This record gives sequence, C-alpha cells and structure tokens, in this order.
Amino acid sequence: MNEALIAVSILWTFIFVYAILGSIDFGASFWAMVYARREPTQAGSIANRFLSPSWEVTNVFLVLLVVTIVVFFPRAAYAFGTVLLIPGSLILILLTLRSTFMVFTYTAPRYKGILRIISGATGLLIPGLLVSVLPITSGGFINTVQLQLLFGKLLQSPNEYAYISFGLSSELFLSSLFLADYAREARDETAYTSFRRHAIGLGPATLITAMLTTWTIPDEASWLKSNLAAQGPWFTLSVVAFAFGYSALWWPQRKKQKKAGYPRVAVLSIIIQYALATYAYGVARFPYIMYPDVTADNSMTNPAMFKALLISYTVGLTLLVPGFILFWRLFMKDKQYLEQED
Amino acid sequence: MKGWMQVDDLTIARTLFGTSLGFHIIFATLGVGIPLLILTAEILFQLKKDGHYATMAKRWTKAQAILLGVAIPSGTIVAVQMSLLWPKFIEFVGEVIALPFQIELFAFFIEALFMSIYVFAADRLPPIARIVSVALVAFGALASAVLITDANAWMNTPRGFRVENGAIVDVDPWQAFFNPSFVSAASHVAVSAYMTGAFVVGSVAAYKLLHRRIKKIEYDYHKKALTLALAIGSIMAVITALNGHEAAQVLHDHQPEKLAAAEGLFETTAYAPLVLGGFTDQETGRVVGGIRIPWLLSFLATGRFDGVVQGLNGFPRDHWPPAYVHTLFNLMIAVGIVLIGIAALFWVVKWRRKQKPLPRWLLRMLVPAGALALSGIEFGWIFTCSGRQPWTIDHIQRTSEAVTNTTGLMPWFLLFVTLYVFLCIATVVVLKAYFKRRPLLEALGEKQSTRPMGESVLR
Repeated sequence: MNEALIAVSILWTFIFVYAILGSIDFGASFWAMVYARREPTQAGSIANRFLSPSWEVTNVFLVLLVVTIVVFFPRAAYAFGTVLLIPGSLILILLTLRSTFMVFTYTAPRYKGILRIISGATGLLIPGLLVSVLPITSGGFINTVQLQLLFGKLLQSPNEYAYISFGLSSELFLSSLFLADYAREARDETAYTSFRRHAIGLGPATLITAMLTTWTIPDEASWLKSNLAAQGPWFTLSVVAFAFGYSALWWPQRKKQKKAGYPRVAVLSIIIQYALATYAYGVARFPYIMYPDVTADNSMTNPAMFKALLISYTVGLTLLVPGFILFWRLFMKDKQYLEQED
Repeated sequence: MKGWMQVDDLTIARTLFGTSLGFHIIFATLGVGIPLLILTAEILFQLKKDGHYATMAKRWTKAQAILLGVAIPSGTIVAVQMSLLWPKFIEFVGEVIALPFQIELFAFFIEALFMSIYVFAADRLPPIARIVSVALVAFGALASAVLITDANAWMNTPRGFRVENGAIVDVDPWQAFFNPSFVSAASHVAVSAYMTGAFVVGSVAAYKLLHRRIKKIEYDYHKKALTLALAIGSIMAVITALNGHEAAQVLHDHQPEKLAAAEGLFETTAYAPLVLGGFTDQETGRVVGGIRIPWLLSFLATGRFDGVVQGLNGFPRDHWPPAYVHTLFNLMIAVGIVLIGIAALFWVVKWRRKQKPLPRWLLRMLVPAGALALSGIEFGWIFTCSGRQPWTIDHIQRTSEAVTNTTGLMPWFLLFVTLYVFLCIATVVVLKAYFKRRPLLEALGEKQSTRPMGESVLR
C-alpha cells in the first residue's frame, strides 16, 4: 500500500466517524428543539441528556478532520481553503452560535425557548453545508484556473439539493435511531416510541435521496458516476445491512412492558450500512480529493512528515482509548445518569 | 466612509484573523488559568476539609464551563479560518510544522472528555477520581496552549527544512518542533496564562469584598478566594517577568529586527540604552519622548554592558516591523510591572493587618487587575505577530504571499466582529444570570447543614 493510500484511508475513516457522530449530535439538538415544549414525552430531555456531555467531544472530531486534511494533504488544504472561504466562514458562524447557545441553555433557563430554536435550526443548516463539500469537490462547480467556487451554478444544481436532502435525511435518521436506543437504555419507553416512529419514517428517505445524488450528477462529474456504478456489489451489501437493521425495529420483545424492536441491533447494522457505502464511495472517488487537479498523490506531505504523523496518530489515539471508554461508561451505560429525573 | 471600505484585502485578512485570535485568546487564556485554580481548591478542600474550597471549585467550574462554551467554537474558528485566509501558509504548515497542530488534537480531546466527566459525572466519582479529572482538564488545556504556541514559535524561528527553487526539501519534523524559541515562548505563554486566570478570579473576589452589606460568611469565603488567587497570581507574575527576559534574549539571537523595533534602536551599538515609553519615528530614526536608561538594553539582551545590539538601520528598510511594536512591547512590560506591584502591596498589607479586614483602597486597586492582565496578554500576542511583519514565516514567506486570493472580505470581517461583540455580551449576561440564580449564601448554607464531606461538589 503506498503512502497516499494509507493517508487517504485514515482521512476517510475520520470522515466516516464524524459523519456518524456529527449526524447524531446535530440531529439530537434538532429533536431537542422539536420536543422542547411537548410535556407528556421525555424525548426532549433524553436528547439533551445525551448532548450535554458529548457535544464538546464531537466538536473535537470536526477539528480533527480539518487538521488531518492540513497535515496529510497540505496542497489540498490550500485548494480547500481558497475554494471554501464562503461556505466555510458560514459554517463557522453557525457552529459558534450553536455551541455557545447550547451551553447557555443549560445555564440560563430563562432564555431556553429562543436558545433551543437557534441550536436546533443550526443543527439542520450546518450538516447541509458540510455535505455540500462532496458535490463541490467532484467537479463542475469550481473555476479551476482561479480556484474559485461557482456559487451561482452550485445553487442552481439539482445535484447540490440531492446531497443536501441526503445529508439531512441521514442526519435525522441516524440521530432518531440512536436516540431510540438511548431511550431504551434509559428505560423510557414513551421516548423510545417517538424516536422509533421517526426512524421508521426516515429510513426509506435516506435510500431514495442517496439514489438521487447519483442520478443528478452533472456531466462534468460523469467520472464519478461510472466509478460509482463499478462499486455496485458494495452498495448492494450496504442495502442488505439497511434491510436487516430496519427490520430490527419490528422484532418482537419477549417482555410485555417493552415495545417491539431491538434498537441496538438497528443502530449497529445501520452503522455497518453507512460504513460499506462510505467505503464504496471512497473507492469510487480515489484518487481525487478535488477533481480534477488535486489528487491524494500530488497533494501529499513529504515522507519524513508522513512517518512522524503516523507515529503520533497511533500513540495519541491509543492513549485516548481509556478516556473514551470511561466516557462511554459514565454517559452511555450508567443507569444513574441515564435514568435521572429532570 | 468610501475610503474605509476600500482597505486592501491583505489588511482586512490580517485584521479579521487578528480579531478572531484576539477574541479566542481571552477564553483560551482563562481556559488554561482557571482549571489550575479549581485543582488547587479541590486539593485544599481534601487537605483542610474546609467546605468553602469545595464551593469555590464548584462555582469556578460552572464559570469555566460557560467560558468553554465560547472557547471551543472560537478555537474552531481560528483553526479553520487559518486555512481559509492563509492557504499558502497552511501548505507550509502541513509540510513542516504539522506535528504540534496534530498533537494538540489529543490535548483537546483530553480537555473535552474530562471536562464533561468533571462537570456531568462529579457526583458519581470518588474524590481522588475527581481530582484526577480536573488535573487532566488542566493538563489538556496547558498542552493545547503550549503546542499552539510552538507553531507560533516556529513562525518566528523556522527550522527543520530548506527551500530549494521554491520547493520545501530536507524536512525534519522534530527539528521544526523543537525550534529555538519553543521553550521560551511556550513557558511564557503558560505562566502568563496562570497569572491572568488567577488575577481575573482575584478581581471578582475583590469586587465582591467591596459590597457594603456583605455577610461575615461571604466575606470569609471571598477573602479565602482572593488569597488563593493572589498566591498563584503573584508567583506566576514573577516567573512571567523572568522568562519574559529569557524570551527577549532569544529575540536578540534569532530575530534581531524584532528586538530593535521593540526597543526603538536604530544604530547598531555596544552599551545600548533601554528606552521606556515614547513613540518610534521611523522617518527620523529616533524615539520621540521616553526615558533612556544607558547600557541596560545591552545588559538585558546579552548579559554584558558592552554587548553589541543590532539596530534597525542594519536591515533593509522593507524588513522593518511597524513602528508601533515599540509601544506594544512597552505596554506589555508595564502591565507585568504593575501587576507585580499590586501583588506585592497586597501581601505587605495583608501581613501587617493580620486578621483585620482588607482596606477598601487595596480592594479597589485589585478590581481592575484581571482586565489589566488580560490586556497584557493581548499586547504580547499582537507584539509577537506584528513584530514579525512583513513575514508570516520569518525570512521565508511574506504575509502578502500567504493571503487568500479571494476578494471582498469586508462583509465577512463585519459579520465576525458582530458575532464576537454579541458573544462577549451574551457571556457576561449568562454568567450574571447563572450566579444570580444561585446566590453564594445559599451554596454556603447548604454546604454546612446537609452535605457530608467528600460528596458531590457539583449540581
């Protein structure tokens, strides 16, 4: 395996991890907004119980993504920086508003209503902007001579809207599925029922919008279309994983007091579904980072730096594992935290 | 108005990025400084079993959690904006000085993970685990600051590569990491952050002590907080001054133009004088006003009165940093001296007065000390970055070469400034609202009556 392939695999793994974590994070703040005022269900507070300790950690993964591009692919970072100034700045402003307002909500309940609305609404806008990076970098939306984003053309392209709807439906599907599982863990069957219902509605939407993203690919990016077609078997496997996980939402429970469905099985299979699809999409895109000029090979950092980075990623992530395990046990497994009243 | 809108894109990019950094620095500095105070209070609580220290740790943690809500996104802005505004510079970063940025991520993870654990799981942790968590928060924050400062140190003293025909060759990542100004710059940033966090907390305590109708129990609490804050603040202020001196010697060795501009020295000379105050006039090559102390600059920079210090005239005119860095440098040093003075006065008065209340004039002097310390941090950062101009990477890459080719940045500048102003106001409002809903008296009362020792200090 050559160095560029290793680096791009690490980057793509981080993108996958952030896609899942970010979806759950942004989706949870959207659901917290939706259920903020509905008294009979605890769905809103379940979403918040997950978000309070986790959003900071999720945010670090976003920074990890940016830094990984910069350190492994400095010349791609140059191209990204130049092209994405406008959407990037927009994302930064929205992200800042969301994070600060989320913290403020917990500390100043007087402004709860407005703060929830802002963090919920930005929870939809940010993923929409983030996912736009995919169509932008696959061809047709950049003036490659001056490295400028063709903003008008992007806004008129059905492909962009297909990606945005795919991003949003995935975000809401993944987060409702995850929160259904979280509610089950917290033994809150009413919240579980609400999130299960959303997951059932959104699941098929993710498949339809995913297909739309390939059908609407513009002519300039036809290379991607044919490469994606070549990955047919992987996408088929991905759909199988979806069918399995989706059906788990109906599997009957033995105990009477629990509603139907095994959300843990569903979450894990859907993560496998997205992993398979991400892998196939990644292979289809290789070696282009920004079509047609920026590839993994020509934007790679030097071998000495690559080696040093590889060592420090390995050491750093290994050292962090106990921290993540402790975090998981305190906030995802601990009954005392999950089942608190509020 | 029209002329103002036509400022060139480079200036706007610099002002925008400088504003983002200047905003983030406030929260980042406090994010390094306050955890040390929380840790000290937690340890004092376990040692002395005095509930006041547990309450301090609890309340400072809440304040820190709110500040972190701004520190994390503003840090994200700085990280991303660096790629957006300085794409040519970021290319260099990836090739040569990637390690501190990448290792900083792990420090950032440690800080975020354990801050959440400390804030949201404290009541489920035994005291020792709680102390370990807050120690790890403090460690993560410190490591982030040290590593990011390393990147800045490398911009001042770039090492670990050569440029051959425009290409970067012979990269040695660890030589870049341990560049000549790393140790002096990183330690200066670390101890000055500890100093600033302590003085800011001390300011709040002093302000509370000035209230006329303060209860005895509140007075005792705030006096303990003030003493703890000033104990840390005083030690750190002295260390900051000492290693600031070391940083100046690194300038002498590696960035002589910057030192010359900082001191307003034009002619290369032995027995160089130190000029305090005044304004540099680059046209006439003189410092207007100011007090000249003969021989002192040579002594400070080289350790000898007959040491030769290079003046600006020895360098090409287009390598000169802007004239105002002399003023920034002086302001930074003045802040340090004033803070050491206030701290010394505090200890003398406290020692002479024994158990009697602290005099109001002393408290009034202490109230602005926190803001003063923060402004010292800002002066220092603006000095180090402006003093490097016209370079982004000293003698390697000009700032004008690093900037994005995207034009029309003015609306973004205005948008971000609005965001920062709004966030500053919102932070103050939220902090006030939070502590108004949870009066200190309530916290202290509840502590003494119901709660057994060693149990939760949060919630």
